[in-house]
Parts: sequence; structure tokens; C-alpha cells
Amino acid sequence: MTQFIIRRLLQSIPTLIGASIIIFLIFALAPGDYVTRQFENPKMTPERMEQLRALYGLDKPLPERYLRWAGNMLRGEMGDSLMFKKPVISVINDFIWNSFLLGVAIMFFEWLIASIIGIYSAVRQYSVFDTIATLIIFMLYSLPSFFLGLVLLKFFAVDLRWFPVGGMITTGSNYTGWAYIMDVAKHMVLPVATLTLISVGGLSRYFRANMLEVIKQDYIRTARAKGLKERTVIFKHALRNALLPLITLFTLEIPSLFAGAMITERIYNWPGIGKVVLQAIYVRDYPLFLGYTMLITVLTILANILADVLYGIADPRVRLK
Amino acid sequence: MARNIVEFRNLKTYFYTEEGVVKAVNDVSFSIREGETVCVVGESGCGKSVTALSLMRLIQSPPGKIVGGEIIFDGRDILKLSDAEMRRIRGNEIGMIFQEPMTSLNPVLTIGDQLMEPLMLHKHMTKKEAWNKAIELIKQVGIPRAEQIMTSYPHELSGGMRQRIMIAMAISCDPKLLIADEPTTALDVTIQAQILDLLRRLKEEKKMALMLITHDLGIVAEMADYVVVMYAGKVIEEAPVRELFKNPKHPYTRGLLKAKPVIGRRQERLYTIPGQVPNPIDLGDFCYFSDRCEYTMDVCRKKMPPFVADENGHKVACWLYEGEWKK
Repeated sequence: MTQFIIRRLLQSIPTLIGASIIIFLIFALAPGDYVTRQFENPKMTPERMEQLRALYGLDKPLPERYLRWAGNMLRGEMGDSLMFKKPVISVINDFIWNSFLLGVAIMFFEWLIASIIGIYSAVRQYSVFDTIATLIIFMLYSLPSFFLGLVLLKFFAVDLRWFPVGGMITTGSNYTGWAYIMDVAKHMVLPVATLTLISVGGLSRYFRANMLEVIKQDYIRTARAKGLKERTVIFKHALRNALLPLITLFTLEIPSLFAGAMITERIYNWPGIGKVVLQAIYVRDYPLFLGYTMLITVLTILANILADVLYGIADPRVRLK
Repeated sequence: MARNIVEFRNLKTYFYTEEGVVKAVNDVSFSIREGETVCVVGESGCGKSVTALSLMRLIQSPPGKIVGGEIIFDGRDILKLSDAEMRRIRGNEIGMIFQEPMTSLNPVLTIGDQLMEPLMLHKHMTKKEAWNKAIELIKQVGIPRAEQIMTSYPHELSGGMRQRIMIAMAISCDPKLLIADEPTTALDVTIQAQILDLLRRLKEEKKMALMLITHDLGIVAEMADYVVVMYAGKVIEEAPVRELFKNPKHPYTRGLLKAKPVIGRRQERLYTIPGQVPNPIDLGDFCYFSDRCEYTMDVCRKKMPPFVADENGHKVACWLYEGEWKK
């Protein structure tokens, strides 16, 4: 097992190098740079702009810039964010945990609701519940997040005033302890609802399809022939098999916990990393954007390895000897 | 004479498909006595397995539905029992073995776990008792290293071993009836013989009745006390095994016996019954074998022959014998 993990980690080095080159190139080749974006000011002379570029190191040829950036990354230095004038690490650290909070809540509700709907739909295939659930799920599934987000915002925050319009805490408040937690929770409801409703559709279809596939299997008939209760047949014999392919899906969702939700965070003015990175793209704050993207890349690669390890633990047929 | 353990009375199990109604089991009646081995013979799709699954009430619904008849098991009408009462019969009073040992065991649960399940459910054993009993069962079906097998997963065992485990599971609660649905079809010949020996031995030891579904007449000759021949969802002939082999009556049964290779007789080609089983959708009211039968008469295409017994208890549904008893 240890050997397997070490091998997979070593194998991921070339992947990481390749990914870093692509990410760097895409960002560097996009038109405009920090200087043109930041000082769009008619009084700025071309000479002054060149000076500034030299200062930020933007005048060097691409390979040299890449190597310098990659070298810094290897030493664990992501550089300073041009926009925040602070180390990228500390900018990410300031915002990523707010996104993580949203992400964890969304993931929890998404998996909870999707599993209930999916399993029930499969067990009662073509029932009234299955038909209605399928219809509603596809409707939600096909809505873009900015639309659903704005609709929820209009009804529940503006008209009904049940929930705050945006932000993470009430402006000007200085709650502590339980009151603070409740305040944040109240602000979380709408963004979490938006993203959960949109993502629950796809996942519940996976649950339904996998369960339907498993229920047809011979060993389910064997389990029934033993006289087991339907509940035991479904939850012990069928669900364990249906969950196997979902392990991969679950693990690969882990990086997205940290990635933030650019559009939804923007709509609800949530101080998350997604919103900040979106801004970083606008102003061409390349150290921040590259640092963030590399972080997600590393997390994705690690999640892949984790998926393989977990699959091996859950499925005796691929268990590593 | 021993008491009937199962009695099928005019059982009708239909499948409602998009193309029409498939009468998979169409008015089937026969019975199995205590401790007796009854072989149900017929080619694929003639309703053998559906008959057995109807007895277990394991027909997929939809599309399948038991639309008529009664199945009396040990004095109770199976079709009128509640789901909970039915569950107490499944695995406890009736055990069942399936054709495919490779896919009939749950791949993510250990053999021990799967073997102990019915014991703890029906016999209310503790985990410890069930464990010991499961080890005893594994030894009983002739697998060595029982302790090691208990913690193994199905994919670590061979096909023959898995079928032995299936048998162990089916007999674990000492059922009164064991249904074996083509238990050896997926196994190679030497293993087949071993499994049949095992079934025969366990049947003697436990004094179970055995309903053996097969299309292999060799197995019938070796195992059966009584034979039921099915064709296109109907029982067309039934008789004690010696009587059937000595004196087959229905042209279909004769064809089957003729098609069987015989050791020591050289043949260029084996005999085959011409034609094929009729499309089972929306069949009318006539002898379903009439298309393939060499003795077809006008009446065969117009009316369903009645199922009548002769003085030896040999029953057949064929117009050829109608009138013989009327005399």
C-alpha cells in the first residue's frame, strides 16, 4: 500500500510540471498584463509603463519568467499578490476557509438529498415519486447558478426578508460565540441552497442509475431468496455495491471544496476565494491566480490518488495485496 | 404414500411486455411429495424457472404477475401469504440455488457474512453460534479450510466452490424443500458430477424434497424420482422416472430422449426436433407442439389437448392418447 502511494506520488510529478506549463502559458498569453489593466490612464507615458513592467519582471521572455515562477513555487514561495500587496499564501488563507465552509455545507446537503432521492427513485422506479422527482431535478439541473441565485435572492431576501441579501456577517455587528455562528449560518442559507439545488440533480441520477443496475443483479435475487427484509436487501446488499463507483465521484469533489464558487460568491457577496480569484483575473494579478490554480491542481492530483486508495479499501476485488 | 409438500394448482404467471402478454407459466399443475426429487425438464424459455420463482414469490413485478391458480406449500397457499410470512418461508422452509454461481454471491460481502445471514435471521442464532454453524456447513458441502473460507470474498473462490457455498446457504436452515435451478449448467462436467452427488447426499441426510430444474436428461435419469416435462409454459407429460424413460408418450418427450447422445452408439449427427419453440406472445388455444410434431392431426391445431392420466399414473397432454382411455 505504502509502495503504491509512493509510486503514484512520483508519477504525479510529470503531470504537475505539464499542468504548470499550460496554466502559465494560458495566463501569460492572454492579452494585457497587470500594468495595462491597472494604469489605464491617459497620462501614463509608454516609458513609465516599460519601467513598471521591468519592476514587476513582465519584460523578460516567457521561458525565463516561467522558470523563475516555477523555481519560486518549488521553494514554496508563491510571491506577492499584485492586487493585495500581500503574500499570495496569506491572501489565499484569508479567503479559502470561507469558501471551504460553503463547500462543506453544500457537499453535505447535496449527498444527503441526492442519496435519498436517488435510492428511493430506483427502488420505486416509474412511481409517481420517481416521475415528479425526475422532472423537478432536471428543471433545477438545467438552471444556471446566476439565475437561480438571483431568483432566490429576490424572493427570500428582498421580498420576504427571511435571509440577508449578502455578505458573511451582518455589517457592523460584533457577535461572538453562538450568536456569531447563527449569524453566519443565516448568511449561508441562500448560497448553499442555490448550489445544492443545482448540483443535487446530477448526483441523484448517478445514485438512481447505479441502484437500478445493482438491483437487477443475481446476488440481489439470492439475498431475497434468503428471506431477508427488503430494507436489508436494499441497504446492505444493494447500496454497498451501488456506492462503489460513487467513491471516485466523491473524492474528486474534494478539490472543489477549496475552489470556491466564482459566480455564486459574487452574487451573494460572500468573501470566498472564488470571488477574489475572479477579480484577480480581471486585473491580471498573475501570482495570485497562478498560485490558486496550482493549489487546486495539486489537490486534484491528491484526490485522484485518494480515490484509488479508497476504492481499494471498499471493493475487495481490487484490494491491493 | 408421503404427503404432498408442494402442490401447484393451475398456476398462471404472465409477463406483460410491450409486444404483448407472455404466458410464461400457463395453467401448470403438479405436486412434489415429501423427500422426493422432482425434475422439471424442458428447453430454455419453457417456464421452468418462472414456475420455481413463482413458488418463491420472486417474480419481478412489473412486468411479471401471478394471475391465477394456487401454490399450496405445507398446507398454506403461498400466494395468499403476507410479505412478512413469505419472508419466513424463503430461505427457511424453502431454499433455492441458482444457475449462475459466479454472480449469485454478493461481491462485497465475505462468504461468512452471507452464510450467517439466514441463520441469524431465521434461527435467531447469535453471531458466535451462526459462525460455528456456518463453518460446519462449509465442511458439510465438502470445502476444506472452512475458517479461511469464512473470511474470503466470492471472487477468491472457483465456480464449483461458489456453488457449494450457495448450496450451504440454501440448506442452512434445514428447509423442507430445496429448489435447484439448473445448478450445474454453468460448471464443467467433473464438477457437475460432484455437485449432483452432494445434492443427493444432503437430500438424504436432511430428508428434504428436491425440485431440480434442468434441461439435461442425463441428470434426470440420475437424480429424479418423478419427472415433469414442460413445453411453452405448459406441463405436457409427467410420470415416475422409470416409466417416463421406458415409455415416453408425448412426441416432444420422445424427441428429447431421441436427441440425447448414447454412449457406445456411433452416430453421424444427433437427432434434433425440427422447428423451434413458438413465439410465446399471445398464443391461442391449441397444442403448442403441433407445428413440430410428426403426428399432427387436424384437432391438434384447433383444440388444446386435455391432461389425462393412465392407469399407472402416467399423465400426458396429447390428442394421440385421447380416446385410448375412453374405450
